[in-house]
Amino acid sequence: MWAARVLITAESRQWAMAAARSMTGFATSVIGCKCEAGIERELTAAETPDRRPGAGVLLFAMDAEGLRKRLVERIGQCVMTCPTTSCFNGLAGEQSVLVGGLLRYFGDGFQSSKKLGSRRLWRIPVMDGEFLADERFTVQPAVGGGNLLLLAGDIAACLRAARSAVRAMRRVAGVILPFPDGVVRSGSKVGSRYKSLMASTNEAYCPTLRAISHRTQLGDDVNCVLEIVVDGLDETCVRNALRAGMEAAAKPGVRQISAGNYGGTLGQYKIALHSLMEAAKA
Amino acid sequence: MSLSLSLHTAPEVPLEADCICPDRIRGLANADIERLGVHHGNRVQRLADFFRVEGSFDGELHVHGDLSRVKHIAAGMSSGLVHVHGDAGAHLGAEMSGGRVIVEGNAGDWVAPEMRGGQACIRGNAGHLVGGAFRGSPMGMTGGEIIVGGDVRNELGHGMRNGLIAVGGGSGDFTGVNMLAGTIFVLGQMGIRTGAGMKRGTVVSLKQAELLPTFSYACRYRPGFLPLYLLYLQAFGLAVAEEHIQGRFARWCGDAVELNRGEILLYAP
Repeated sequence: MWAARVLITAESRQWAMAAARSMTGFATSVIGCKCEAGIERELTAAETPDRRPGAGVLLFAMDAEGLRKRLVERIGQCVMTCPTTSCFNGLAGEQSVLVGGLLRYFGDGFQSSKKLGSRRLWRIPVMDGEFLADERFTVQPAVGGGNLLLLAGDIAACLRAARSAVRAMRRVAGVILPFPDGVVRSGSKVGSRYKSLMASTNEAYCPTLRAISHRTQLGDDVNCVLEIVVDGLDETCVRNALRAGMEAAAKPGVRQISAGNYGGTLGQYKIALHSLMEAAKA
Repeated sequence: MSLSLSLHTAPEVPLEADCICPDRIRGLANADIERLGVHHGNRVQRLADFFRVEGSFDGELHVHGDLSRVKHIAAGMSSGLVHVHGDAGAHLGAEMSGGRVIVEGNAGDWVAPEMRGGQACIRGNAGHLVGGAFRGSPMGMTGGEIIVGGDVRNELGHGMRNGLIAVGGGSGDFTGVNMLAGTIFVLGQMGIRTGAGMKRGTVVSLKQAELLPTFSYACRYRPGFLPLYLLYLQAFGLAVAEEHIQGRFARWCGDAVELNRGEILLYAP
Protein backbone atom coordinates (compact mmCIF):
# COMPACT_ATOMS: atom_id res chain seq x y z
CA MET A 1 0.00 0.00 0.00
CA TRP A 2 0.98 3.64 -0.54
CA ALA A 3 -0.11 6.50 1.63
CA ALA A 4 -0.52 10.27 1.58
CA ARG A 5 -1.40 12.65 4.37
CA VAL A 6 -3.67 15.56 3.51
CA LEU A 7 -4.02 18.55 5.84
CA ILE A 8 -7.33 20.31 5.39
CA THR A 9 -7.87 23.71 6.98
CA ALA A 10 -10.88 26.00 7.04
CA GLU A 11 -12.33 29.06 8.74
CA SER A 12 -13.78 26.86 11.46
CA ARG A 13 -13.44 23.36 12.80
CA GLN A 14 -16.90 22.59 11.46
CA TRP A 15 -15.97 23.25 7.81
CA ALA A 16 -12.61 21.51 8.08
CA MET A 17 -14.30 18.41 9.46
CA ALA A 18 -17.06 18.64 6.84
CA ALA A 19 -14.44 18.49 4.09
CA ALA A 20 -12.53 15.72 5.85
CA ARG A 21 -15.65 13.60 6.31
CA SER A 22 -16.63 14.11 2.71
CA MET A 23 -13.14 13.22 1.48
CA THR A 24 -13.01 10.04 3.52
CA GLY A 25 -16.48 8.85 2.55
CA PHE A 26 -16.83 5.66 0.52
CA ALA A 27 -13.25 4.73 1.23
CA THR A 28 -13.52 1.65 3.40
CA SER A 29 -11.65 -0.82 1.26
CA VAL A 30 -9.37 -0.74 -1.77
CA ILE A 31 -11.33 -3.73 -3.06
CA GLY A 32 -14.47 -1.76 -3.75
CA CYS A 33 -13.54 1.89 -3.28
CA LYS A 34 -10.08 2.00 -4.93
CA CYS A 35 -8.68 3.53 -1.77
CA GLU A 36 -8.95 3.52 2.00
CA ALA A 37 -9.15 6.78 3.86
CA GLY A 38 -9.89 8.15 7.27
CA ILE A 39 -9.49 11.16 9.49
CA GLU A 40 -6.26 10.70 11.40
CA ARG A 41 -7.15 13.45 13.85
CA GLU A 42 -8.39 16.98 14.22
CA LEU A 43 -5.71 19.66 14.17
CA THR A 44 -5.57 22.79 16.24
CA ALA A 45 -4.85 26.09 14.56
CA ALA A 46 -1.33 26.01 15.97
CA GLU A 47 -0.65 22.74 14.13
CA THR A 48 -1.67 23.80 10.63
CA PRO A 49 0.36 25.66 7.99
CA ASP A 50 -2.06 28.60 7.86
CA ARG A 51 -2.98 28.74 11.56
CA ARG A 52 -6.59 27.75 11.00
CA PRO A 53 -8.39 24.75 12.47
CA GLY A 54 -8.00 21.63 10.44
CA ALA A 55 -8.03 17.90 10.03
CA GLY A 56 -5.41 15.38 9.03
CA VAL A 57 -6.58 12.78 6.55
CA LEU A 58 -4.70 9.66 5.54
CA LEU A 59 -5.38 8.12 2.15
CA PHE A 60 -4.13 4.68 1.11
CA ALA A 61 -4.10 3.01 -2.31
CA MET A 62 -2.39 0.07 -3.91
CA ASP A 63 0.25 2.11 -5.77
CA ALA A 64 1.49 5.68 -6.17
CA GLU A 65 -0.35 6.25 -9.42
CA GLY A 66 -3.61 5.03 -7.92
CA LEU A 67 -3.05 7.28 -4.96
CA ARG A 68 -2.52 10.27 -7.26
CA LYS A 69 -5.82 9.63 -9.01
CA ARG A 70 -7.72 9.30 -5.75
CA LEU A 71 -6.13 12.44 -4.32
CA VAL A 72 -7.09 14.48 -7.37
CA GLU A 73 -10.64 13.11 -7.34
CA ARG A 74 -11.27 13.47 -3.66
CA ILE A 75 -9.57 16.80 -3.08
CA GLY A 76 -11.21 18.15 -6.21
CA GLN A 77 -14.71 16.94 -5.38
CA CYS A 78 -14.76 16.99 -1.60
CA VAL A 79 -12.28 19.62 -0.37
CA MET A 80 -12.26 22.25 -3.10
CA THR A 81 -16.06 22.25 -3.02
CA CYS A 82 -16.25 22.84 0.72
CA PRO A 83 -16.44 26.50 1.81
CA THR A 84 -13.25 28.25 3.01
CA THR A 85 -10.98 25.21 2.81
CA SER A 86 -7.32 24.95 1.87
CA CYS A 87 -5.41 21.73 1.37
CA PHE A 88 -1.77 20.98 2.17
CA ASN A 89 0.65 18.11 1.85
CA GLY A 90 1.26 16.57 5.26
CA LEU A 91 4.24 14.27 4.66
CA ALA A 92 7.93 14.80 3.97
CA GLY A 93 9.69 12.51 1.55
CA GLU A 94 11.32 11.99 -1.79
CA GLN A 95 8.43 10.80 -3.91
CA SER A 96 5.46 12.99 -4.68
CA VAL A 97 2.54 13.14 -7.07
CA LEU A 98 0.95 16.05 -8.87
CA VAL A 99 -2.35 17.09 -7.29
CA GLY A 100 -2.80 20.86 -7.06
CA GLY A 101 -0.89 21.07 -10.31
CA LEU A 102 -3.79 19.24 -11.98
CA LEU A 103 -6.65 20.75 -9.99
CA ARG A 104 -5.46 24.19 -11.09
CA TYR A 105 -7.08 23.76 -14.50
CA PHE A 106 -10.43 24.26 -12.81
CA GLY A 107 -9.32 27.89 -12.65
CA ASP A 108 -9.81 28.12 -16.42
CA GLY A 109 -6.79 30.33 -16.91
CA PHE A 110 -7.47 32.55 -13.89
CA GLN A 111 -5.44 30.31 -11.56
CA SER A 112 -2.11 31.49 -10.27
CA SER A 113 0.66 29.97 -8.22
CA LYS A 114 2.91 31.03 -5.38
CA LYS A 115 6.27 29.51 -4.69
CA LEU A 116 7.61 29.65 -1.15
CA GLY A 117 11.02 27.96 -0.98
CA SER A 118 10.70 24.74 -2.91
CA ARG A 119 6.96 24.53 -2.32
CA ARG A 120 4.53 25.63 -5.03
CA LEU A 121 0.95 26.39 -4.09
CA TRP A 122 -1.91 26.83 -6.53
CA ARG A 123 -4.57 29.47 -6.03
CA ILE A 124 -7.81 28.59 -7.77
CA PRO A 125 -10.50 31.28 -7.84
CA VAL A 126 -13.79 30.05 -6.35
CA MET A 127 -16.97 31.80 -5.32
CA ASP A 128 -15.94 32.44 -1.70
CA GLY A 129 -12.44 33.59 -2.58
CA GLU A 130 -9.67 31.17 -3.47
CA PHE A 131 -9.01 27.50 -3.01
CA LEU A 132 -5.37 26.91 -2.09
CA ALA A 133 -3.67 23.56 -2.64
CA ASP A 134 -0.13 22.27 -2.67
CA GLU A 135 1.09 21.45 -6.16
CA ARG A 136 2.52 18.11 -5.08
CA PHE A 137 1.70 15.67 -2.31
CA THR A 138 4.29 13.28 -0.89
CA VAL A 139 3.47 9.61 -1.19
CA GLN A 140 5.22 6.83 0.69
CA PRO A 141 5.05 3.06 1.05
CA ALA A 142 2.75 2.14 3.91
CA VAL A 143 1.14 -0.79 5.65
CA GLY A 144 -2.52 -1.56 5.05
CA GLY A 145 -4.86 -4.24 6.22
CA GLY A 146 -3.71 -4.71 9.80
CA ASN A 147 -6.64 -6.26 11.58
CA LEU A 148 -8.10 -7.48 14.81
CA LEU A 149 -10.91 -10.00 14.99
CA LEU A 150 -12.95 -9.71 18.18
CA LEU A 151 -14.79 -12.94 18.98
CA ALA A 152 -17.52 -12.52 21.60
CA GLY A 153 -20.41 -14.31 23.18
CA ASP A 154 -22.98 -11.80 21.97
CA ILE A 155 -23.34 -8.68 19.86
CA ALA A 156 -23.56 -6.32 22.85
CA ALA A 157 -20.23 -7.48 24.30
CA CYS A 158 -18.63 -7.47 20.86
CA LEU A 159 -19.77 -3.90 20.15
CA ARG A 160 -18.59 -2.70 23.55
CA ALA A 161 -15.17 -4.21 22.95
CA ALA A 162 -14.96 -2.88 19.42
CA ARG A 163 -15.87 0.66 20.40
CA SER A 164 -13.36 0.60 23.21
CA ALA A 165 -10.65 -0.72 20.90
CA VAL A 166 -11.43 1.88 18.25
CA ARG A 167 -11.13 4.70 20.77
CA ALA A 168 -7.74 3.43 21.87
CA MET A 169 -6.43 2.78 18.37
CA ARG A 170 -7.44 6.23 17.13
CA ARG A 171 -5.14 7.79 19.69
CA VAL A 172 -2.16 6.30 17.86
CA ALA A 173 -0.54 8.71 15.38
CA GLY A 174 -0.17 7.68 11.76
CA VAL A 175 -3.09 5.27 11.52
CA ILE A 176 -6.68 5.27 10.35
CA LEU A 177 -9.51 2.81 10.77
CA PRO A 178 -11.30 3.07 7.43
CA PHE A 179 -14.56 1.25 8.17
CA PRO A 180 -17.75 2.76 9.65
CA ASP A 181 -16.77 4.06 13.05
CA GLY A 182 -13.72 1.88 12.67
CA VAL A 183 -15.55 -1.44 12.70
CA VAL A 184 -16.37 -3.94 9.93
CA ARG A 185 -18.77 -6.86 10.23
CA SER A 186 -18.42 -8.17 6.68
CA GLY A 187 -14.86 -9.37 7.08
CA SER A 188 -13.61 -10.87 3.86
CA LYS A 189 -11.18 -13.49 2.70
CA VAL A 190 -9.12 -13.14 -0.47
CA GLY A 191 -10.82 -14.70 -3.52
CA SER A 192 -14.17 -16.25 -4.18
CA ARG A 193 -15.81 -19.16 -5.92
CA TYR A 194 -17.13 -16.52 -8.34
CA LYS A 195 -14.45 -15.45 -10.80
CA SER A 196 -15.48 -11.81 -10.89
CA LEU A 197 -14.95 -11.27 -7.16
CA MET A 198 -11.60 -10.47 -5.60
CA ALA A 199 -12.93 -11.03 -2.10
CA SER A 200 -15.82 -12.79 -0.45
CA THR A 201 -17.25 -13.42 2.99
CA ASN A 202 -14.90 -14.85 5.54
CA GLU A 203 -17.01 -17.93 6.36
CA ALA A 204 -14.48 -19.13 8.92
CA TYR A 205 -15.69 -16.33 11.22
CA CYS A 206 -19.41 -16.32 10.34
CA PRO A 207 -21.27 -17.76 13.35
CA THR A 208 -24.22 -18.77 11.20
CA LEU A 209 -21.96 -21.07 9.19
CA ARG A 210 -20.22 -22.72 12.13
CA ALA A 211 -22.21 -25.90 11.67
CA ILE A 212 -21.61 -26.24 7.94
CA SER A 213 -18.22 -24.69 7.23
CA HIS A 214 -15.24 -26.97 7.62
CA ARG A 215 -13.07 -23.81 7.91
CA THR A 216 -14.81 -22.43 10.95
CA GLN A 217 -12.58 -20.89 13.57
CA LEU A 218 -15.33 -20.29 16.09
CA GLY A 219 -15.87 -22.10 19.32
CA ASP A 220 -19.32 -22.96 20.63
CA ASP A 221 -19.40 -19.91 22.89
CA VAL A 222 -18.83 -17.41 20.08
CA ASN A 223 -21.92 -15.86 18.53
CA CYS A 224 -20.54 -12.65 17.07
CA VAL A 225 -17.31 -11.47 15.42
CA LEU A 226 -16.36 -7.91 14.53
CA GLU A 227 -13.20 -6.83 12.79
CA ILE A 228 -11.15 -3.66 13.11
CA VAL A 229 -8.97 -2.88 10.11
CA VAL A 230 -6.04 -0.51 10.55
CA ASP A 231 -3.91 1.19 7.91
CA GLY A 232 -0.71 2.92 9.00
CA LEU A 233 2.11 4.99 7.61
CA ASP A 234 4.55 2.30 8.70
CA GLU A 235 4.65 -1.07 10.46
CA THR A 236 5.42 0.50 13.84
CA CYS A 237 2.26 2.60 13.70
CA VAL A 238 0.19 -0.47 12.91
CA ARG A 239 1.84 -2.51 15.67
CA ASN A 240 1.19 0.25 18.20
CA ALA A 241 -2.43 0.51 17.14
CA LEU A 242 -2.99 -3.24 17.29
CA ARG A 243 -1.49 -3.42 20.75
CA ALA A 244 -3.61 -0.53 22.00
CA GLY A 245 -6.68 -2.12 20.44
CA MET A 246 -6.12 -5.49 22.06
CA GLU A 247 -5.57 -3.99 25.48
CA ALA A 248 -8.76 -1.98 25.20
CA ALA A 249 -10.85 -4.78 23.73
CA ALA A 250 -10.09 -7.32 26.45
CA LYS A 251 -13.45 -6.96 28.19
CA PRO A 252 -16.00 -9.32 29.72
CA GLY A 253 -17.82 -11.28 27.05
CA VAL A 254 -14.91 -11.29 24.63
CA ARG A 255 -13.81 -14.91 24.14
CA GLN A 256 -10.86 -14.41 21.85
CA ILE A 257 -8.94 -11.78 19.91
CA SER A 258 -7.46 -12.94 16.65
CA ALA A 259 -6.26 -11.64 13.28
CA GLY A 260 -5.72 -12.94 9.80
CA ASN A 261 -3.23 -12.56 7.03
CA TYR A 262 -4.83 -15.25 4.90
CA GLY A 263 -1.73 -17.26 4.22
CA GLY A 264 0.16 -14.21 3.07
CA THR A 265 -2.31 -13.42 0.29
CA LEU A 266 -3.25 -10.17 2.00
CA GLY A 267 0.25 -8.75 1.86
CA GLN A 268 3.86 -9.04 2.90
CA TYR A 269 3.43 -8.13 6.57
CA LYS A 270 2.55 -10.62 9.26
CA ILE A 271 2.22 -9.30 12.79
CA ALA A 272 1.77 -11.97 15.44
CA LEU A 273 -0.53 -10.63 18.14
CA HIS A 274 1.12 -12.62 20.94
CA SER A 275 4.48 -11.09 20.07
CA LEU A 276 2.97 -7.61 20.40
CA MET A 277 1.73 -8.28 23.88
CA GLU A 278 4.97 -9.94 24.94
CA ALA A 279 6.90 -6.94 23.67
CA ALA A 280 4.62 -4.68 25.68
CA LYS A 281 5.23 -6.68 28.84
CA ALA A 282 8.97 -6.60 28.26
CA MET B 1 37.25 28.07 11.41
CA SER B 2 35.74 30.29 8.72
CA LEU B 3 37.58 32.85 6.61
CA SER B 4 37.57 36.41 7.86
CA LEU B 5 38.23 39.55 5.80
CA SER B 6 38.72 42.75 7.77
CA LEU B 7 38.88 46.13 6.05
CA HIS B 8 42.10 47.87 7.13
CA THR B 9 42.20 50.62 4.50
CA ALA B 10 39.03 52.39 3.50
CA PRO B 11 38.87 52.88 -0.28
CA GLU B 12 38.88 56.49 -1.53
CA VAL B 13 36.51 55.62 -4.38
CA PRO B 14 34.12 52.68 -4.63
CA LEU B 15 35.94 49.41 -4.68
CA GLU B 16 34.69 46.67 -6.98
CA ALA B 17 35.40 43.43 -5.17
CA ASP B 18 33.48 40.60 -6.77
CA CYS B 19 36.21 38.28 -5.52
CA ILE B 20 34.60 38.46 -2.06
CA CYS B 21 32.55 35.44 -2.91
CA PRO B 22 32.77 31.77 -1.85
CA ASP B 23 32.85 30.66 -5.47
CA ARG B 24 36.01 32.69 -6.10
CA ILE B 25 37.75 31.79 -2.85
CA ARG B 26 36.98 28.10 -2.56
CA GLY B 27 40.14 26.00 -2.90
CA LEU B 28 42.56 28.91 -2.64
CA ALA B 29 45.31 29.32 -0.04
CA ASN B 30 45.20 32.56 1.96
CA ALA B 31 48.19 33.89 0.04
CA ASP B 32 46.29 33.38 -3.22
CA ILE B 33 43.20 35.03 -1.75
CA GLU B 34 45.29 38.06 -0.81
CA ARG B 35 46.45 38.33 -4.43
CA LEU B 36 42.93 38.38 -5.88
CA GLY B 37 42.30 41.51 -7.91
CA VAL B 38 39.94 44.32 -6.97
CA HIS B 39 39.11 47.43 -9.02
CA HIS B 40 39.87 50.63 -7.17
CA GLY B 41 38.85 53.39 -9.51
CA ASN B 42 40.67 52.64 -12.77
CA ARG B 43 43.38 50.61 -11.08
CA VAL B 44 43.51 46.90 -10.33
CA GLN B 45 44.90 46.28 -6.87
CA ARG B 46 45.23 43.29 -4.56
CA LEU B 47 42.56 42.33 -2.08
CA ALA B 48 45.23 42.46 0.62
CA ASP B 49 45.75 46.18 -0.12
CA PHE B 50 42.39 46.73 1.61
CA PHE B 51 41.59 43.62 3.62
CA ARG B 52 43.38 41.52 6.21
CA VAL B 53 42.79 37.82 5.48
CA GLU B 54 42.59 35.45 8.45
CA GLY B 55 41.35 31.95 9.16
CA SER B 56 40.55 29.34 6.55
CA PHE B 57 37.59 28.98 4.26
CA ASP B 58 35.07 26.34 5.28
CA GLY B 59 32.13 27.59 3.23
CA GLU B 60 31.62 30.67 5.39
CA LEU B 61 33.10 34.05 4.70
CA HIS B 62 32.88 36.81 7.34
CA VAL B 63 33.62 40.36 6.26
CA HIS B 64 34.22 43.11 8.82
CA GLY B 65 34.33 46.89 8.57
CA ASP B 66 32.43 49.67 6.82
CA LEU B 67 31.94 48.22 3.37
CA SER B 68 29.49 50.84 2.15
CA ARG B 69 31.92 51.69 -0.64
CA VAL B 70 32.71 48.09 -1.51
CA LYS B 71 30.63 46.92 -4.44
CA HIS B 72 29.77 43.52 -5.91
CA ILE B 73 30.23 41.57 -2.68
CA ALA B 74 29.00 38.00 -3.26
CA ALA B 75 28.23 38.75 -6.90
CA GLY B 76 27.62 35.54 -8.84
CA MET B 77 27.58 33.49 -5.65
CA SER B 78 26.17 29.97 -5.96
CA SER B 79 26.70 28.45 -2.51
CA GLY B 80 28.03 29.05 0.98
CA LEU B 81 27.59 32.00 3.29
CA VAL B 82 28.84 35.57 3.15
CA HIS B 83 28.24 37.44 6.40
CA VAL B 84 28.92 41.17 6.30
CA HIS B 85 29.32 42.56 9.82
CA GLY B 86 28.59 46.15 8.86
CA ASP B 87 27.29 48.01 5.81
CA ALA B 88 27.63 46.77 2.25
CA GLY B 89 27.92 48.68 -1.01
CA ALA B 90 25.98 48.44 -4.23
CA HIS B 91 25.42 45.31 -6.31
CA LEU B 92 25.56 43.02 -3.31
CA GLY B 93 24.76 39.48 -4.46
CA ALA B 94 24.31 40.51 -8.07
CA GLU B 95 23.10 37.57 -10.17
CA MET B 96 23.59 35.19 -7.27
CA SER B 97 22.11 31.73 -7.80
CA GLY B 98 22.50 30.11 -4.39
CA GLY B 99 23.92 30.39 -0.91
CA ARG B 100 23.16 33.09 1.61
CA VAL B 101 24.30 36.67 2.13
CA ILE B 102 23.67 38.41 5.44
CA VAL B 103 24.34 42.10 6.00
CA GLU B 104 24.10 43.27 9.58
CA GLY B 105 23.97 46.94 8.59
CA ASN B 106 22.63 48.75 5.54
CA ALA B 107 23.12 47.87 1.89
CA GLY B 108 23.47 50.19 -1.08
CA ASP B 109 21.54 50.25 -4.35
CA TRP B 110 20.99 47.22 -6.53
CA VAL B 111 20.81 44.52 -3.86
CA ALA B 112 20.81 41.15 -5.68
CA PRO B 113 19.87 42.43 -9.12
CA GLU B 114 18.76 39.61 -11.43
CA MET B 115 19.12 37.12 -8.62
CA ARG B 116 18.33 33.53 -9.62
CA GLY B 117 18.38 31.73 -6.27
CA GLY B 118 19.67 31.77 -2.72
CA GLN B 119 18.91 34.32 -0.06
CA ALA B 120 19.99 37.87 0.68
CA CYS B 121 19.13 39.14 4.15
CA ILE B 122 19.71 42.80 5.02
CA ARG B 123 19.11 43.70 8.67
CA GLY B 124 19.07 47.46 8.01
CA ASN B 125 17.97 49.54 5.02
CA ALA B 126 18.68 49.07 1.34
CA GLY B 127 18.78 51.44 -1.59
CA HIS B 128 17.10 51.60 -4.99
CA LEU B 129 16.30 48.70 -7.29
CA VAL B 130 16.45 45.85 -4.81
CA GLY B 131 16.08 42.62 -6.82
CA GLY B 132 15.72 44.66 -9.96
CA ALA B 133 16.67 44.25 -13.59
CA PHE B 134 19.78 45.89 -14.94
CA ARG B 135 18.97 48.83 -17.20
CA GLY B 136 18.01 47.51 -20.62
CA SER B 137 17.39 44.03 -19.29
CA PRO B 138 13.87 42.59 -19.69
CA MET B 139 13.79 40.69 -16.40
CA GLY B 140 14.79 41.21 -12.78
CA MET B 141 15.16 38.49 -10.20
CA THR B 142 13.98 35.05 -11.29
CA GLY B 143 14.25 33.17 -8.00
CA GLY B 144 15.48 33.26 -4.43
CA GLU B 145 14.61 35.52 -1.54
CA ILE B 146 15.56 39.02 -0.50
CA ILE B 147 14.60 40.07 3.01
CA VAL B 148 15.23 43.63 4.19
CA GLY B 149 14.54 44.52 7.78
CA GLY B 150 14.37 48.27 7.27
CA ASP B 151 13.33 50.56 4.41
CA VAL B 152 14.12 50.41 0.72
CA ARG B 153 14.00 53.10 -1.91
CA ASN B 154 12.52 53.20 -5.44
CA GLU B 155 11.84 50.45 -7.97
CA LEU B 156 11.82 47.56 -5.55
CA GLY B 157 11.57 44.33 -7.56
CA HIS B 158 11.77 46.07 -10.92
CA GLY B 159 10.96 43.51 -13.65
CA MET B 160 10.78 40.70 -11.09
CA ARG B 161 9.95 37.32 -12.65
CA ASN B 162 9.90 34.99 -9.64
CA GLY B 163 10.95 34.68 -6.01
CA LEU B 164 10.18 36.61 -2.85
CA ILE B 165 11.13 40.09 -1.66
CA ALA B 166 10.07 41.15 1.82
CA VAL B 167 10.66 44.58 3.32
CA GLY B 168 10.07 45.15 7.01
CA GLY B 169 9.84 48.92 6.62
CA GLY B 170 8.56 51.05 3.78
CA SER B 171 9.43 51.31 0.12
CA GLY B 172 9.84 54.21 -2.27
CA ASP B 173 8.01 54.82 -5.53
CA PHE B 174 7.42 52.28 -8.27
CA THR B 175 7.39 49.22 -6.05
CA GLY B 176 7.01 46.20 -8.35
CA VAL B 177 7.32 48.25 -11.49
CA ASN B 178 7.14 46.13 -14.66
CA MET B 179 6.76 43.04 -12.50
CA LEU B 180 6.21 39.79 -14.43
CA ALA B 181 5.52 37.44 -11.50
CA GLY B 182 6.73 36.72 -7.98
CA THR B 183 5.80 38.13 -4.60
CA ILE B 184 6.71 41.38 -2.87
CA PHE B 185 5.81 42.17 0.74
CA VAL B 186 6.17 45.69 2.11
CA LEU B 187 5.12 45.77 5.74
CA GLY B 188 5.39 49.54 5.93
CA GLN B 189 4.23 52.38 3.70
CA MET B 190 4.76 52.19 -0.05
CA GLY B 191 5.40 55.22 -2.22
CA ILE B 192 3.37 56.09 -5.30
CA ARG B 193 2.87 54.22 -8.59
CA THR B 194 3.08 50.76 -7.07
CA GLY B 195 2.82 48.02 -9.68
CA ALA B 196 3.10 50.33 -12.66
CA GLY B 197 3.28 48.17 -15.77
CA MET B 198 3.04 44.91 -13.88
CA LYS B 199 1.78 41.90 -15.86
CA ARG B 200 1.40 39.30 -13.11
CA GLY B 201 2.68 38.84 -9.59
CA THR B 202 1.66 40.05 -6.16
CA VAL B 203 2.49 43.10 -4.09
CA VAL B 204 1.29 42.94 -0.49
CA SER B 205 1.32 45.77 2.00
CA LEU B 206 0.07 46.08 5.55
CA LYS B 207 -0.58 49.80 5.02
CA GLN B 208 -2.94 51.68 2.77
CA ALA B 209 -1.50 52.94 -0.50
CA GLU B 210 -2.34 55.39 -3.21
CA LEU B 211 -2.80 53.25 -6.32
CA LEU B 212 -2.75 54.07 -9.99
CA PRO B 213 -6.12 54.49 -11.73
CA THR B 214 -5.22 51.48 -13.88
CA PHE B 215 -5.80 49.22 -10.88
CA SER B 216 -9.36 48.03 -10.17
CA TYR B 217 -10.79 47.04 -6.83
CA ALA B 218 -11.93 43.38 -6.79
CA CYS B 219 -12.93 42.39 -3.28
CA ARG B 220 -11.96 42.15 0.38
CA TYR B 221 -11.08 38.60 1.36
CA ARG B 222 -8.61 36.36 3.10
CA PRO B 223 -6.05 35.08 0.59
CA GLY B 224 -5.22 31.54 1.66
CA PHE B 225 -1.54 31.75 0.81
CA LEU B 226 -0.83 34.88 2.86
CA PRO B 227 -0.68 33.25 6.30
CA LEU B 228 2.05 30.90 5.06
CA TYR B 229 4.15 33.79 3.83
CA LEU B 230 3.45 36.00 6.84
CA LEU B 231 4.39 33.23 9.26
CA TYR B 232 7.56 32.66 7.27
CA LEU B 233 8.43 36.36 7.53
CA GLN B 234 7.52 36.47 11.20
CA ALA B 235 10.07 33.72 11.78
CA PHE B 236 12.65 36.04 10.24
CA GLY B 237 11.85 38.61 12.88
CA LEU B 238 9.79 40.95 10.70
CA ALA B 239 6.99 42.75 12.51
CA VAL B 240 4.04 40.61 11.52
CA ALA B 241 1.23 40.55 14.07
CA GLU B 242 -1.35 37.85 14.63
CA GLU B 243 -4.12 40.08 13.27
CA HIS B 244 -2.23 40.36 9.98
CA ILE B 245 -1.98 36.59 9.67
CA GLN B 246 -5.69 36.14 10.24
CA GLY B 247 -6.63 39.39 8.52
CA ARG B 248 -8.45 40.31 5.39
CA PHE B 249 -7.00 42.14 2.44
CA ALA B 250 -8.41 44.31 -0.31
CA ARG B 251 -7.51 42.95 -3.73
CA TRP B 252 -6.71 45.36 -6.53
CA CYS B 253 -6.11 43.99 -10.04
CA GLY B 254 -3.84 45.60 -12.61
CA ASP B 255 -2.01 46.99 -14.32
CA ALA B 256 -4.72 47.49 -16.95
CA VAL B 257 -2.21 48.99 -19.35
CA GLU B 258 -0.64 45.53 -19.41
CA LEU B 259 -2.10 42.01 -18.87
CA ASN B 260 -4.16 43.10 -15.85
CA ARG B 261 -3.23 39.83 -14.09
CA GLY B 262 -1.18 41.37 -11.33
CA GLU B 263 -2.56 42.06 -7.88
CA ILE B 264 -1.97 44.43 -5.03
CA LEU B 265 -3.22 43.20 -1.67
CA LEU B 266 -3.68 45.86 1.00
CA TYR B 267 -4.44 44.96 4.59
CA ALA B 268 -8.07 45.83 5.24
CA PRO B 269 -9.14 44.72 8.72
